[in-house]
Amino acid sequence: MAAPHETAPTLSVQSATKRFAGVTALDDVSVDLWPGEVHALVGENGAGKSTLIKLITGVYQLDAGEVRYRGGVVHFHSPRDAQRAGIQTIYQEVHLAPQLSVARNVFLGREPKKFGALDLRRMQRDSVELLRRYGIVADVRRPLGELGLGVQQMVAVARAVSADATVVIMDEPTSSLEPREVDKLLEVVALLKEQGVAIVYVSHKLEEIFRACDKVTVLRDGKLVSTTLVSELNRRQLISRMLGRDVVDLENERTQLGGGGAIAAEPVLEAKHMHRKFVLDDISLVVRPGEVVGLAGLLGSGRSETAKALFGALPIDSGSVMVDGTPMKRHTPASRLRHGVAMLPEDRKAEGLIPGMSIRDNIGLASLDQLSKSGFVSRRKQAEIVDVFMKRLRIKASGPDQLVRELSGGNQQKVLLARLLCLNPRVLLLDEPTRGIDVGAKAEVQALIAELATKGLAVVLISSELEEIVEGSDTVLVLRDGAALGSLFGDEISEDAIMNMIAGAAAEQTEQAAQTGVVAS
Amino acid sequence: MTTTTDADKLPGGVSGRSWLPAVDANWIRERGVYVALALLTIYNVIFTNHFNHYSSLETLMSQTPAVLIVSLGMLMVIGTGGIDLSVGATMAIAAAVLGIMVAATDRGGHNASLTVAIILALLAGLAVGIFNGVVIGVVGVQPIVATLSLLVAGRGIALVITSGHLLELFRPGLSKIGRGQFAKVPYVMIIALVLLVLVTILMRRTTFGYRSVAIGGNLPASVLAGLPVRRTIITVYALCGVLAAIAGVLATARLRSADPSYVGLGLELNAITAVVVGGSALSGGKVRILGTFAGVVLMQLLTTTLTSHNIPSSATSMAQAVIIVAAVYIQRTSASIE
Repeated sequence: MAAPHETAPTLSVQSATKRFAGVTALDDVSVDLWPGEVHALVGENGAGKSTLIKLITGVYQLDAGEVRYRGGVVHFHSPRDAQRAGIQTIYQEVHLAPQLSVARNVFLGREPKKFGALDLRRMQRDSVELLRRYGIVADVRRPLGELGLGVQQMVAVARAVSADATVVIMDEPTSSLEPREVDKLLEVVALLKEQGVAIVYVSHKLEEIFRACDKVTVLRDGKLVSTTLVSELNRRQLISRMLGRDVVDLENERTQLGGGGAIAAEPVLEAKHMHRKFVLDDISLVVRPGEVVGLAGLLGSGRSETAKALFGALPIDSGSVMVDGTPMKRHTPASRLRHGVAMLPEDRKAEGLIPGMSIRDNIGLASLDQLSKSGFVSRRKQAEIVDVFMKRLRIKASGPDQLVRELSGGNQQKVLLARLLCLNPRVLLLDEPTRGIDVGAKAEVQALIAELATKGLAVVLISSELEEIVEGSDTVLVLRDGAALGSLFGDEISEDAIMNMIAGAAAEQTEQAAQTGVVAS
Repeated sequence: MTTTTDADKLPGGVSGRSWLPAVDANWIRERGVYVALALLTIYNVIFTNHFNHYSSLETLMSQTPAVLIVSLGMLMVIGTGGIDLSVGATMAIAAAVLGIMVAATDRGGHNASLTVAIILALLAGLAVGIFNGVVIGVVGVQPIVATLSLLVAGRGIALVITSGHLLELFRPGLSKIGRGQFAKVPYVMIIALVLLVLVTILMRRTTFGYRSVAIGGNLPASVLAGLPVRRTIITVYALCGVLAAIAGVLATARLRSADPSYVGLGLELNAITAVVVGGSALSGGKVRILGTFAGVVLMQLLTTTLTSHNIPSSATSMAQAVIIVAAVYIQRTSASIE
């Protein structure tokens, strides 16, 4: 454990607040970071982790509060400022130049020069030595892009450290690494810690946090939930803090809203043994008309990937998807839509809306063929259907001509739902249908989902909010690291049961890791 | 998390003084090209000798059609978030095919009928366009790279077709297309305007038009909405190729000769300029047809104006550059509030 010998933290964030256009992304958050400490930063999507990091590294500027670094208040205006001061950041994706050699990458931006030209010989010699110190074996003359992702990530770490870092921020550094590479990375983290570097470790992977970190700070909805020693928490407690549900509260709270009743019917959508390297590990799933199947799991558990694979938007290496018992030959969204399977994507801005188009055009986009005659769009048919759905979903706008980018999050989401419902789907895959929308719209969307299921639609529901999954689902499939941990049916479904399932599996993995003797801390 | 949607609720009249039209970046982007065109016209009416004469309009109407037709194709391509650098070369290929078919047998040609020659020239443009579309939509090469290859190679192909010669063409029918008039309006201008109307209908009324704008507006969303993305992209480039070929045929008809090393030279840049100046987004998803038309006229009128005031052509290029930079700047500022 990092019992800090120092009298003052290396980096101290005091009452940090950041607002974006009326949304408070970070609200009065304070965190101290001590030398030689590995400090985990956890929370679900939208909790404020990346905002906090961007405030520290100068990508964003604080609206209120201050950042103290080595005893003085600092105002970094860019990530470069922060780097010069010794705060290095390592991102999920390696932000280096893949075409340049490993040696060039290690010294990127601070190349040693000789007579005004690059001193290649020295770069090679020094980088070999540096990488060896962290147990990385790689030919430093080869282009970085030819190495495995794990080694690339390690080069990024070595590069950060060689620049005399006093603080290293790692933003989900293991998300694309294989287990062996993760072990290696955690060894490097342990070495850095010995050297007195302060490390911020952002991850969704619980076992990494319990293996490598000393302290853990939990953020939720932009607020600080707690900062504690990792040893004082168990997995269950950590998960419940992240998801915002007190374990005691959970017992008597469950109400069943889902359609139910139709469970005996033939499955309308069925997936068997879906595999995709590093992403999905043997996922099978059955959805019947009128049934809501919830996909539960932490971020990065493969929830969205499962939905995308079902929808044909993510290729699978093996396994099959069947609609009405017929195996799907073409694995594309267009083919699924023709078979009555529709998906609401997780990120409505990046994957859903066409921001420069009107409400009318956005709603009608997927059903243009039905709304047109010999290639010409029928304004009348379009107006009719848009009118119906704007009323039914209570989309608040100045009119169907308003651009969708001018709408609130809730109304944007309703526009996307309307686009899907225009197609008269039989299966709806809903990925985070209520994320980032206000309370009123949220209740409306949830009621709509229940209503659709009662009318016989098959629904697959993904949500970061356990409450939503528990209240809305007839069946829950619990996922972790792209694999199914198990299913819960009817009365078995509770937040407690889901969290136990996730925590149980996490504990198992840590034990396994401990037995094979690769634990770094 | 980094939502900024609420910030762009900027309706038209945010200005504090209601008796003035609200002048913000969006307003300028919507109407800037028309304002510039109006100002330039007024300037000409007052200061340029002999401008208030029908011949000024006549000159404009014979100079703009080729650029306008190419710009329409470019506009559709840019609307999908792509770009087509090969349009000038495609014009040359079409001109070469037309020339070699029409030219007399003793000059290496085939002495074919004009109709057949024109159809073959347009098919050549179609072929180039489909090639571009397949390389971009199916193989997945970046549009700028894919079409750059034909910008370089296309003119070479055209020269091979004519064995490197300039072919002079003496056909009454061809001259009539190139120089003929109806009610004092050149045929070429009428053809360009008809194409403008057709492109407007295509983009504003058909499923194809909706889809191509959606693809330019958000490609991943279009894939997830089940749109036939490949087919749409191939069609867009194919149409762009055909339009470039039409422009090539009309330019050949006007010059009464097929000159593969000169026809359409550098026209891809004029077309891109017209589209950008006309207020369409270079990143795609926003197609402004009348704006593009105004952009073509504005750039041509600017050249004419400066020439008639005896300003050297080097200065003309610089004035054009200023307008392009202004247009791109306006786009950039408006993009940042979105």
